[in-house]
Amino acid sequence: MDEKLSFFKDGIRLDGRRPGELRPVKIEAGVLKRADGSCYIEMGGNKVIAAVYGPREVHPRHLQKVSRAIVRYRYNMASFSVEERKRPGPDRRSHEVSKVSREALEPVILTHYFPRSVIDIFVEILQADAGTRTAGINAASVALADAGVPMKCLVSSCAAGKVDGQIILDPMKDEDNFGEGDMPLAMTPDGEVTLLQADGRFTVEETREALETARKGCEQIYEIQKKALIDRYSRLEEPEEEGSNV
Amino acid sequence: MDRIDRRVVIPGELLAEDPKKAGEGTYVKDDKVYSQLYGLVNHRDKISVIPLAGKYVPSVGDTVIGIVGDITVSNWIIDINSPYEGLLHISEYPKRIERNEMAKYLRIGSSIMIRVKDVDSTKKVELTLNDRRLGTLNTGRVVEISYTRVPRVIGKGGSMISMLKKELNCNMFVGQNGRIWVNGSDEDMDLVLKTILIIEKEAHTTGLTDRIMDFLRTEKEARS
Repeated sequence: MDEKLSFFKDGIRLDGRRPGELRPVKIEAGVLKRADGSCYIEMGGNKVIAAVYGPREVHPRHLQKVSRAIVRYRYNMASFSVEERKRPGPDRRSHEVSKVSREALEPVILTHYFPRSVIDIFVEILQADAGTRTAGINAASVALADAGVPMKCLVSSCAAGKVDGQIILDPMKDEDNFGEGDMPLAMTPDGEVTLLQADGRFTVEETREALETARKGCEQIYEIQKKALIDRYSRLEEPEEEGSNV
Repeated sequence: MDRIDRRVVIPGELLAEDPKKAGEGTYVKDDKVYSQLYGLVNHRDKISVIPLAGKYVPSVGDTVIGIVGDITVSNWIIDINSPYEGLLHISEYPKRIERNEMAKYLRIGSSIMIRVKDVDSTKKVELTLNDRRLGTLNTGRVVEISYTRVPRVIGKGGSMISMLKKELNCNMFVGQNGRIWVNGSDEDMDLVLKTILIIEKEAHTTGLTDRIMDFLRTEKEARS
């Protein structure tokens, strides 16, 4: 490949990261007042907000399950989230992302505590920069905890990609669009994988390496999620000092 | 609050190695105790996690404050601030009444103090009014807070609520579902509601009762 078109310069990626480095991640829990739980996340250029409602009554009624809560997940991209205006509303892609994301979170939610109810998760992509589904899952997982939903653990998610034949962590838009492969992964802190997708071509060896790379990314994100939840509590504690002086 | 280790935990955090210590808000996997909630750890004889948020799930014997939502052939459907609605059968009304007269006794929108009589495995909630202490709330106001804050409004051994009642000459009742009924003069009720909101916001802090006491004193001084 032509020097100018390479994805690397002296082993450093286009945005200045090393191959195994994440983009900066910022998570804030409890950003919405009316939702039962909420979370705002920035993963590089991705800006995503997640809201959780419930457990609450199921409408329409026929969807309810007698022995457990159902989980609904709506992934939606804002029309202004991408370069070319996205036609608003659900489409083939957002249906798919909603389904896999729901299945990534469902195994950790203790749904049997809330029979005949529903836990609604809404994920809105405000700005997209490759890896929105992983950002959505990370945000939704924190929002669920914030809503007080009983869970086995959090879920963390991160993608690995392949550019110029090399495995990289957390591809950004150009690496995703012009690279050779993308592999989003979601897992629990003990390493149980709840989502694994891939497009592009990966050899067996590359698959192993990509999995290992994404796993390391998830571990880092887990720590940030954990910190965001604990910080929310310390933020709650602040106004009380003022209140006591009044 | 004094004995609470105020560490915040997240779901999946390891709490103890001894499965016998598993209390509420925890689960056991491979003989180890983990948290299943985002909340505060409470170490007593057992380790439990106190949630910081969540929905009220009715359990038998709870006294709650409900609002009549609908009337069917022989049941009142009561909103109890929960994902599950409560059913009050006509036979659970303290006196015998005719089916066509149900709306006369409990109208849609009325608030009632009511007890959970039975909850089955699908969370069908049956309520009862058959107790002299239960009944409609015709005067006063009802305020709604998160059910997770109820123990703080009541206080240790009822310290907080008895203080509120005494300081403000109000009659109060705190439902397990997070609805609170207050009755007194308008001025006193305003202050009670204000205080309750402060308690809700600062529920997880220490020395709350004392601070609320100070707050009430200053408020009352400002008033006179």
